Amino acid sequence: SVRCFSALTPELKTTLDKVVTSDKVVVFMKGTKDFPQCGFSNTVVQILKSLNVPFETINILENELLRLGLKEYSSWPTFPQIYIDGEFFGGCDITVEAYKSGELQEVLEKAMCS
Amino acid sequence: MAVTKEQVESTLNSKLNPSHLDVSDTSGGCGASYCVEIVSEQFEGKRLLERHRMVNTALAEEMKQIHALSITKALTPQQWALQNPPPPNPQSPPAAA
Repeated sequence: SVRCFSALTPELKTTLDKVVTSDKVVVFMKGTKDFPQCGFSNTVVQILKSLNVPFETINILENELLRLGLKEYSSWPTFPQIYIDGEFFGGCDITVEAYKSGELQEVLEKAMCS
Repeated sequence: MAVTKEQVESTLNSKLNPSHLDVSDTSGGCGASYCVEIVSEQFEGKRLLERHRMVNTALAEEMKQIHALSITKALTPQQWALQNPPPPNPQSPPAAA
């Protein structure tokens, strides 16, 4: 079926371009870093906290248009969504896997130094 | 309409032709949460993010109904073989006589 409706308006895209580069690490999640409202989002928050990196979280539960628009912006269907250095890094499973392999630490280190 | 485990399996089977596929329902019966382990030659030369994207794209229709999808493994057959060495063949002669 053809989708005629797009939540990702040019305005929202411009805003998101700014938001994902506003901090080195930005997490779009269910809830906030102090009060995650989903296990997957909580996992990512705990990983980032344990690595001691500054990060910003944005609660997608508070804005339905943002939630829908982000799915298109990232071409990613679920939350949380992690952005590092303005680039989409992945969801929860990828972050967990990268954390275990040490890749996440590498990418974060590079981002912090850039 | 809820998505069944069989539906998830058949979609992944037809689109990614996996050599190993394990789909488990983690929803406790409501059919809205799945955990996927998948091994496919199509993952060859692709980074983890791309592999997950391939799974998400394959399940695009189902994702509209699924609330949570966890891709715990997305491996190439080679990587899978390294993680799961075949059991020693009892028929083969011992290495040292």
